[in-house]
Amino acid sequence: MRMLRLLAGLMLLAMSAAPAMALDRGGIAQLTGGDPDEQRKALDAAAAQGDLSAIPFLRDLLADRVKLAGDAALIVDGDKVVDALDRTPAERPADAEDVSTSNSLRLAIEETIALLELASPDRALRLEAVKRLQNAEFDEPRLALLAKAEQKERDAGVRDTLRQMRALGELQSPDRALRLSAAQALRTTISGRVREALKTRLATEEDGELRVALTRSLRNVESSLAVGENLGVVFSGLSLGSILLLAALGLAITYGLMGVINMAHGEMMMIGAYATYVVQNLFRAHLPDYFQWYLAAAAPAAFIVAALVGVAIERTVIRFLYGRALETLLATWGVSLILMQAVRSLFGAQNVQVENPAWMSGRVFVTDNLELPYNRIVIIVFSVGVLLLVSYLLARTRLGLFVRAVTQNRGMARCVGVDSSRIDTMAFALGSGLAGLAGVALSQVGNVGPDLGQHYIVDSFMVVVLGGVGQLAGAVYAALGLGVAGKILENMSGAVLAEIALLIFIVVFIQKRPQGLFALGGRQAD
Amino acid sequence: MKRRVLVKSLGMIAAGALLASSALVPASADDKGPIKVGILHSLSGTMAISETVLKDTALMAIEEINAKGGVLGRKLEPVVIDPASNWPLFAEKARQLLAADKVAVVFGCWTSVSRKSVLPVFKELNGLLFYPVQYEGEELEKNVFYTGAAPNQQAIPAVEYLMSKAGGGAKRFVLLGTDYVYPRTTNKILRAFLHSKGVADAEIMEEYTPFGHSDYQTIVANIKKFASGGKTAVVSTINGDSNVPFYKELGNAGLKATEVPVVAFSVGEEELRGVDTKPLVGHLAAWNYFMSLKNPANTEFKKKWAAYAKAHAIANADKPLTNDPMEATYIGVNIWKQAVEKAKTTDVDKVIAAVGGQKFEAPSGFTAEMDAKNHHLHKPVFIGEVKADGQFNVVWKTPGPVRAQPWSPFIPGNDKKKDEPDTH
Repeated sequence: MRMLRLLAGLMLLAMSAAPAMALDRGGIAQLTGGDPDEQRKALDAAAAQGDLSAIPFLRDLLADRVKLAGDAALIVDGDKVVDALDRTPAERPADAEDVSTSNSLRLAIEETIALLELASPDRALRLEAVKRLQNAEFDEPRLALLAKAEQKERDAGVRDTLRQMRALGELQSPDRALRLSAAQALRTTISGRVREALKTRLATEEDGELRVALTRSLRNVESSLAVGENLGVVFSGLSLGSILLLAALGLAITYGLMGVINMAHGEMMMIGAYATYVVQNLFRAHLPDYFQWYLAAAAPAAFIVAALVGVAIERTVIRFLYGRALETLLATWGVSLILMQAVRSLFGAQNVQVENPAWMSGRVFVTDNLELPYNRIVIIVFSVGVLLLVSYLLARTRLGLFVRAVTQNRGMARCVGVDSSRIDTMAFALGSGLAGLAGVALSQVGNVGPDLGQHYIVDSFMVVVLGGVGQLAGAVYAALGLGVAGKILENMSGAVLAEIALLIFIVVFIQKRPQGLFALGGRQAD
Repeated sequence: MKRRVLVKSLGMIAAGALLASSALVPASADDKGPIKVGILHSLSGTMAISETVLKDTALMAIEEINAKGGVLGRKLEPVVIDPASNWPLFAEKARQLLAADKVAVVFGCWTSVSRKSVLPVFKELNGLLFYPVQYEGEELEKNVFYTGAAPNQQAIPAVEYLMSKAGGGAKRFVLLGTDYVYPRTTNKILRAFLHSKGVADAEIMEEYTPFGHSDYQTIVANIKKFASGGKTAVVSTINGDSNVPFYKELGNAGLKATEVPVVAFSVGEEELRGVDTKPLVGHLAAWNYFMSLKNPANTEFKKKWAAYAKAHAIANADKPLTNDPMEATYIGVNIWKQAVEKAKTTDVDKVIAAVGGQKFEAPSGFTAEMDAKNHHLHKPVFIGEVKADGQFNVVWKTPGPVRAQPWSPFIPGNDKKKDEPDTH
């Protein structure tokens, strides 16, 4: 059957003297037949014909909208069913067969679309198409297509990129002059692929002049790549640091200022993440139009829920244990187990799904090899915002003043009329609420499950202890320092060794400087 | 004196008779009473996510067998024990099942470390364990039957696919895993296999992350850099929920499945539940069974599971999912039943002798056969691409079942090892 269809397709191709359709029935049959070689042939033919009208069908194929019913290929889009060939309405078939596409076919289709779009009248579309082709493999027919597109191209930017892509193929050419001009053309590119291609060529090249040109280009490419790569490491360090900071800020208050070794801190983050999940579901059910903005509601909700849980814990457990560090440690650990089990009973033991809003997926283009993901940027901005809010609260408000007063000298504060037990509750609620905010951020980058907090509790304590107990600024430096140092180490020695190295560093550091990076001086230290 | 001797010997005879009868009476009762079957899966702790359904699958298979009259005319009585994802506790609970409950067989374990910790107990008490999960191989025990995949039934075919034209013709490989025995051993085998295919060390990048790792920025950036050297594929043995941040980060970095496909060995239908599948679409998984397989045996298996989940109000019964280890558990229970029927006894040694060569029409659509010698199943291998609905679209499969090689030929020294368990 397939053979027959194929034969018919080939005959049709041979007869297609009248180029009315970019993809005739034969081409479509070839594409949907399931034989990778034939599919590739059909795509190459479509690219060579250069007819833009083939694009819609290719897009349908990519989106799994093409179905086979007997000999006819149909496009099923929701309720609409049309014939693939002439796009006339067709009947919904009873037993349509899906046309399955694999990764390699999808890649070939995407590249074919990009090759076709090189002939588009829209400059932006052409530029976009060139970018998408940057990682494609180029054989002879494709190189010829590129050369053709380059000749026709009027825009200098697109033409240069096309030239560089052609040069990448010509680097392997047996013609010395071609190789030389290719090596020179590649000098200004910023692409890892070009670097590798130059290196490979340099390893086998014997011609002296060519070697010089290749080396020079390679050096240029490498130095421009290095900028992006190093910036990328710093950015990922900052991103990790901002997450650590968010996780540790609440603890900097409950442990740092109040001296409560709060083992349930991680569970406050977990509660914040689950609050995000609940808000997300509410939005999906009741306000689907505003779903993109559910995080704006999730952040205050998470803060309030976590803060209320914090109040409950402070009033029922911690209140009776002030000044007895070991007992708070055990009691809050017990509380953390209870909270985890409670969440397991409520939501199940499995992780729940928290979706990124669409505006958070995507990237900012910085250089050719450095693109920063929006969700990481949003989290950095969010943590800076939370940090500003907390420092404002502590430094400029009455509550902050009282918290600082109670921390520094409880007796004296009470003498002047501060209700210290109320302040304790408020401070603990603030710390817990901040952990809830951290949970909102964590839900956007990792898993949301009952044991989410367990992964972050050690890191949080590390940040607070390293930064110096009782200091917000210390926590900031410690979080960013640990983040960037961790990422640089990971780049050099892998994730496992980096974690070990950081822990050893902290142990040694605390031995040498038990008070942490920043210590309270003078009387306050008592 | 004589009388004394007489009395004494009479007493001894009486005592002997008593002993004999006390030994005999329950034994004869046992032959008619139910056969106890142990189920040793974590129902709490970190592994509960994966193992709970295996307990339910085993119970379902047992219920089905009982509904058809049981085995040798006797009902099966499941004994469910929760080792709570605690490896030493696995050994303790296994001892309890074998010594106190006197179960005829145990279905259980997921992680390799839990299997390793119960092994000595099964050897000492001569128990029988059916282990249902894909693993790293390098083991062959008389007391264990392995119904999950050995490396040559999952990892190696997957890499072969990635190297093939249809799989994208990858020339460079990233071996990425969680830092413990299964990924390390699997990657050791894969590296040797890649060498045999002419892939140089410079074209292989091997990376490990700690358990529960959640920040994959550096690793994904390095993969991107590595991929600029030519067509690259990632082989992931990342375990558990670390997979989610990994795939999210791939999406963040704009690495699409068409450019750098990731094939995972620990990501199945159940693991994709509760995951935003958008960044995963197009990535691959290799298993011996997928829920999306279309064949009569699978349709029936899915129907049975859906009905069982509903009847027993199992969590997520509204969206019942089946996966590879569930299929392996189901095959295991049925193969054991057939072996008991062949041996006409539940005696461990006789059952072990009868298990080899047992065949079962598996939900994969193929006949799963327990190898006559090496205690592993002959299984087909499928490669599927993740679809947006969390199911897999099968893009490649072996023509038929593949015989397991528990001792991978790609690890030096294995050629001297016997392909059957030591009998002493």
